[in-house]
Amino acid sequence: MKLSRRSLLKLSAASLTLSGFGLPTLAQPIEELVIAYNVNLPSWDPTVGTSAVNPTLQGLYQSVFDQFIAQDTDLSQKPGLLTDWGWNEDRTQVYMTVREGVTWHDGVPFTAEDVVWSLERAASEGGGNPIQFIWSTIGNFRIDGNRITGDVLRFEPTIFKWMSFLTGYVMPKHYVEKVGADGFEAAPIGTGPYMVEKYERNAYVRLKANENYWGGAPEFKTVTIKFVTDAAARVAEVESGNSHVTLEVPYEEFDRLKAGRLEGVARPVSDIAMIFFNDIEPMTDPNVRKAAVMAVNKQAIVDRLLSGYGVPIDTLQAPDYMAYDPSIRTPHDPEKAKELLAASGYGPDNPVRFTVQTTRGYKPKDYEIIQAIVGLWRRVGIEAEIEVYEVAKHFELRAADQLAPAAFYNWGNSIGDPTTSTGFAMFGPSPHSVWDGEDLIGMIAPLWGERDEEKRIAGWKAVDRYIAENALVLPLFQYVQPILHAPGVKVVPHASGALLPHLMTRA
Amino acid sequence: MPILKRLLLRLVTTFVTLFGVAVIVFVVIRVVPGNPIAMMLPPGAGEDDILRLKALYGLDKSIPEQFLIWLGGVLQGDFGTSITTRQPVLELVLSRLPATLELSVMALIIAVVAGGILALTGTRLRGGRVEAGIDVANGMALSVPDFLWGLVLILLFGVLWPVFQISGRVSPNIDLPFSTRFYLFESVLRLRFDIWADLVSHMFMPALALAIPLAAIIAQLLKQSLKETMHLDYVTLARTKGYGENHVIIREALPNAILPTLTLVGVQFTFLIGGTVIIERLFSYEGLGNMAINAVINRDLPLIQGIVILFALIFTMVNLLVDLTYAALNPRLRRG
Repeated sequence: MKLSRRSLLKLSAASLTLSGFGLPTLAQPIEELVIAYNVNLPSWDPTVGTSAVNPTLQGLYQSVFDQFIAQDTDLSQKPGLLTDWGWNEDRTQVYMTVREGVTWHDGVPFTAEDVVWSLERAASEGGGNPIQFIWSTIGNFRIDGNRITGDVLRFEPTIFKWMSFLTGYVMPKHYVEKVGADGFEAAPIGTGPYMVEKYERNAYVRLKANENYWGGAPEFKTVTIKFVTDAAARVAEVESGNSHVTLEVPYEEFDRLKAGRLEGVARPVSDIAMIFFNDIEPMTDPNVRKAAVMAVNKQAIVDRLLSGYGVPIDTLQAPDYMAYDPSIRTPHDPEKAKELLAASGYGPDNPVRFTVQTTRGYKPKDYEIIQAIVGLWRRVGIEAEIEVYEVAKHFELRAADQLAPAAFYNWGNSIGDPTTSTGFAMFGPSPHSVWDGEDLIGMIAPLWGERDEEKRIAGWKAVDRYIAENALVLPLFQYVQPILHAPGVKVVPHASGALLPHLMTRA
Repeated sequence: MPILKRLLLRLVTTFVTLFGVAVIVFVVIRVVPGNPIAMMLPPGAGEDDILRLKALYGLDKSIPEQFLIWLGGVLQGDFGTSITTRQPVLELVLSRLPATLELSVMALIIAVVAGGILALTGTRLRGGRVEAGIDVANGMALSVPDFLWGLVLILLFGVLWPVFQISGRVSPNIDLPFSTRFYLFESVLRLRFDIWADLVSHMFMPALALAIPLAAIIAQLLKQSLKETMHLDYVTLARTKGYGENHVIIREALPNAILPTLTLVGVQFTFLIGGTVIIERLFSYEGLGNMAINAVINRDLPLIQGIVILFALIFTMVNLLVDLTYAALNPRLRRG
């Protein structure tokens, strides 16, 4: 068959028609918002099981459910389903005021009874809430209209912070009791800005705007969230116009696409990169630890490996966390690192040797970052051997306190409280801690129950200073979350890293 | 009754194989580093929480004890409950199986059609530039792994010329009035060609990515078999009777030449199903493979066990089917 000019034109016209059929383009005004999300949603109940403590799923949960206390985009708390909250003077009781005029997605009024039922369910030992040990610190609730009071069973200074954190969601008592756990999984309801219209596990969720939402109806009336776990496929989704918004794409792709037809927003989120030091040889030598910290040029790593998308940190507190203290510094000083190692008998010709563990591909450029750090260490007299493992092995080794002398990890803390960063990461008895020094345990232990908030925060700052001065951990940088979107949508990023469709509007 | 005897023997070996797979997978996923309890520990959890969670998921017992409990459940049709989704494993796995089977069958059809056409064309025009071109194309198709073909297809037909959907199995705005999860099959039966077109638009790229290497293998082997058969006496006899070359290739040479290819297709089909693990992930296709990766990442032990057992069952059944088909087509085997 000969291909004439006329038939070629016909073929091209047919191709263009076919390519336009059913597939959205970037230039079209957005009626239904489509988001290519980076993780699957295994379960709808945000208060039980492993999904409930997965930080990357919280944006999905917060689209359908409300937390006890709402959280602003800068991590600060603001009135949500609870409009007022606090302790009495001697901190033996808690009080909460419940918002009036809120309805569940099925039209049933939301009440103080829902709040109490949710708190008691979360505190129940057999209930399956992974944060039960926090929720069980309050109880014996009394309801008087829209006012709830309860007893403090064990003083927990962060109890109200947790009401904006993992598993801190209000669940519909009447509905869960009526349909049971399986019925809830099949058709979940909440009080949140969107209602679940359709859910296909491992594929997508289609949301419909809650026109009665107490915080105002969302602008996009229909939102489809596709679960696209492969980064290359997510890039293709937005580049082709199949999706309007995506997140967690490689920084190079983010820059490339942002320079073209797409727009992008990148802001630091509450997730940091760090290297745990284990209190085993040779990390028991403070000179080795201090040299390992001083040898690392964090800014250079951020600039060269992360295209500038990262904020170097000196403690486990990111700048927007409550106990952040800018005066605590761990400067890059390779000469001083050499001196310290020399004092312990090490140097470039006689390096100190240890293993550093890392994941590969779990976080952006994780392996490359460790390679760069190993190169920097080598210059001062540290010879580290890289061991790659899966994140599951990291969890297992960390819980068993069997990590290598150095181990790369990332730590999320979307309430910005020091207990959920330095506290759990550095307090010896915690299964998440790696450094078990008695001196540090002695400093941290009194802070768990500290009732004076100023004193508590000052205490954590002192702990962070002690950790920095003794190089008990190597904080690296705060992650920046890249979000790509079509020009027709305006995306408001959240410091917690949650991608929230109800904060999106038409541009 | 050699075929019946053969069938019974294969069924017995199938059960033995499945039991062996069950033992191996059960032990291996419990021995390899990374346990699910460590992954689900919340910040601030203590030793009591670890013990409570271990007891909750039955991981506080010895591996033999756990295996016997699991096996007892399996014999009663209970494959356990997924740790991450808290849904019955059997229900989860069976809900995903149709998607993977449809994708695999579509890939197989593409591979057989494309490979067959290439083999027949190469045989018909053997010794010329066309055959050389087919050999070069086959070489390229075989040297590039399927997931790279997937990326190439996404770039070509998803981004540069967006005619196919990049992710998922069906568009979320389509309501499926189906009673089974064999959507493609049922859409044809119900004459819902709008849904069929949408499903194909989602399935075509992953199926093609899976099919390309297999098509090349089929083309190579079938072409070789055909060329060897073309020199046999009965083919020469057909030529002397005055039949045209097309008739000789298709009606005389092909029925004999196809037997080794058929065996290969059966074996390769099982590999093709294995290949869906990566391809389904790349295209966010809601099949068993995608679920398997999530299960491994989350160390969802009951779900991993269920998926592996099902894959093993499919493999053994496909092999059995190939054996029976081969026996049916080959008179010497049919007679025992």
